Amino acid sequence: MRTYRWLIIILIVVAVAIWIDLPNNPGIHFAGIDRSIETRLGLDLVGGVQALLEADLPEGTEVDSEKMQTATRIVENRVNGLGVTEALVQQAGDQRIVVELPGVDDPTVAISTIQETGLLEFVAMGFTPQPPGTKIVTDHATSEEPEEGQQVWQTIMTGDKIENVQVSRDPSGQYVIQFRLDSEGSQIFGDYTTDHVGEYLGIVLDKEVISAPVVNEPITEGEGVISGAFTLESANNLAVQLRYGSLPIPLKVVETRTIGPSLGQDSLDKSLIALLIGFIVVILFMAIYYRLPGIFADISIIIYAVITFAIFRYIPVTLTLPGIAGFMLSTGSALDANILIFERLKEELRAGRKLNQAVDIAWKRAWPSIRDSNIATLITCAILFWFGSAFGATVVKGFSLTLAIGVVISLFTALIVTRTLFSLVLGYVRDKNYSRWFGI
Amino acid sequence: MFNILGKRYLFFGISLLLILPGLLLAIFSGLNLSVDFTGGTLVEIQFPSGRTPQLEQIVTIYNQFDVSDVQVQTTGDNTIIARSSFLEDETRADILATIEDQSGQQVTIIRIDSVGATIGQEVTVRAALAVAVAAIIVVVYITFAFRGMPNAFRNGVCAIIAELHDVLIIFSLVMIGGILWGWQIDALFLTALLTVIGFSVQDTIVVFDRIRENSVIYRRLPFETLVNHSIIQTLQRSINTQLMTVEFMLLALVLFGGLTLRQFAVILLVGLFSGTYSSIFIAAPVLVVWENREWQNWFGRGRKKKQAAA
Repeated sequence: MRTYRWLIIILIVVAVAIWIDLPNNPGIHFAGIDRSIETRLGLDLVGGVQALLEADLPEGTEVDSEKMQTATRIVENRVNGLGVTEALVQQAGDQRIVVELPGVDDPTVAISTIQETGLLEFVAMGFTPQPPGTKIVTDHATSEEPEEGQQVWQTIMTGDKIENVQVSRDPSGQYVIQFRLDSEGSQIFGDYTTDHVGEYLGIVLDKEVISAPVVNEPITEGEGVISGAFTLESANNLAVQLRYGSLPIPLKVVETRTIGPSLGQDSLDKSLIALLIGFIVVILFMAIYYRLPGIFADISIIIYAVITFAIFRYIPVTLTLPGIAGFMLSTGSALDANILIFERLKEELRAGRKLNQAVDIAWKRAWPSIRDSNIATLITCAILFWFGSAFGATVVKGFSLTLAIGVVISLFTALIVTRTLFSLVLGYVRDKNYSRWFGI
Repeated sequence: MFNILGKRYLFFGISLLLILPGLLLAIFSGLNLSVDFTGGTLVEIQFPSGRTPQLEQIVTIYNQFDVSDVQVQTTGDNTIIARSSFLEDETRADILATIEDQSGQQVTIIRIDSVGATIGQEVTVRAALAVAVAAIIVVVYITFAFRGMPNAFRNGVCAIIAELHDVLIIFSLVMIGGILWGWQIDALFLTALLTVIGFSVQDTIVVFDRIRENSVIYRRLPFETLVNHSIIQTLQRSINTQLMTVEFMLLALVLFGGLTLRQFAVILLVGLFSGTYSSIFIAAPVLVVWENREWQNWFGRGRKKKQAAA
């Protein structure tokens, strides 16, 4: 009875897995789940640019995790604005963001767009306005040490309080940017302008002065105008930056990796061929060496591959070259479990036990080895994953993830699938035929 | 029956012979760390027209942009690799433009890796930490898994010694590969290293597990015979799993997997072989050496004992 129950479970799992593996799977869209299913290939397989951005703050400054999340979301918006399909933006560790742009072959343009912090500051300038274009140092988030004797300006408010932005023309025909502040911003702005009528207010983008208008009267409505020597284009660019949000934390590029598209395609084709060849050889070996159990193992290995691939597609796991290597290695692990059991089975049969008894003992005795060895592998995977996550090293992460998934599935296939197949035919093998079926 | 343990010092010697060249290279010429660890910029470009400029010319161009520490090498297929300190994005773009300008052709970017110096250092520290943490957790786990045995802790330590052996073997390999084929210790090497560690332990556990089981069945047998017997029993499985399946897979990857993965695949191939080898010829024998306290015979005193025995 138990055998048939498992058989049904296995068949259902395999059917679902095969359905997910179908190349044109429509995705799952029912019962509140809305998920499209696709094979996601890593940058090293399709080519592209990967950049690691880091919060550019003075040494020892605590990075505000909420601000970091906002920064990540803003970078994501900007990346989407670039029109790169399947771009990926993810926070890595506490203070880094990893950006992946598949298919982009020149990092310069893309990265400079992302990196422009778009950090807009309203700076108190007292009675000494700085001319537009001047680089200044402010007391808001910066890693630059002020030079000896250099003035550090006080930041009143940053651009993240801006709610709405619009480009228009002032009465003289100049392009200006109208903005509306949120309630908190209006409050700060109102308080400041009330106290400082007649002083200059610096509008500073990425530490460069854009304009320094004089405060003529208190601005309590939360609306204002930025004027500068804007062309239509530069006004629009600034407006877009302000609208998508300015980064609450300045970011610097600490790492970029570019993989040419030809290299990616080449690697993909070749590693797939390698995978196929390796797989076929191993399957043949198992069937020839272990005979009937070998064929069971082959079936369970194929089921293993089908399920694992389905999980890769469902989660989805981004497949990188090392990811494929991890998959191959976990296939080895899956086979190892089978081989451990079969070697045990042979020993027990040689010792003269009846088949069903030998099968029971083989599984029971092989289990501690399989369990302990696989747990050790999973521990290593966990450490690798942690290591990879902190550095946006998707390569290392991909490898550990595919290996870990493979190991878990391999336990299921070796312990359940192979076992069930055994149970199904156990009754049909006669004692005197052991040597033919089991190769002893 | 084979007496594997009887020749244990021969196997220790073989391993030492394989490890030494790499260690000596590391001591005298330093580790060949990639930009992943040292920080810096690696530019790999191909000249599709086949007219690869002189390497000095590339160096001169880098120098024009005040980059004086560039190292350029050709890798065949009209491809060059230039490694230098960290380049800002604009500098890198300018250098590439100048190279295209002077060589009068469009170049194909194969890959560019730019890693800031601080992040390189951090990666190195974390990598060392990751390996150390993995090792410690594994010792603890094995000690726990074999808690029923006397001296379970020894099993853990021996597994780590075997693990260390495998790590040294692939370090030796990558050092030698560095001289022969310009290999470097990079993020992929690190991945390979951690995989080898995982598998080495996995394999050692299988052998130890058999020793654990046999020690219950054959209580009377001397420890050395018991271990030898356990090794022989697991030998077929070791050969089949490692040589026939894992190594076949990796061999396919080495032969057909393309250039990017070759270094990775070769290191895994050797490393995993070493992982199996070390469980049989290092981990289990060291366990016996420990049980017999053989180090007491290593220096001087041993001779007296032998004479006494004779």
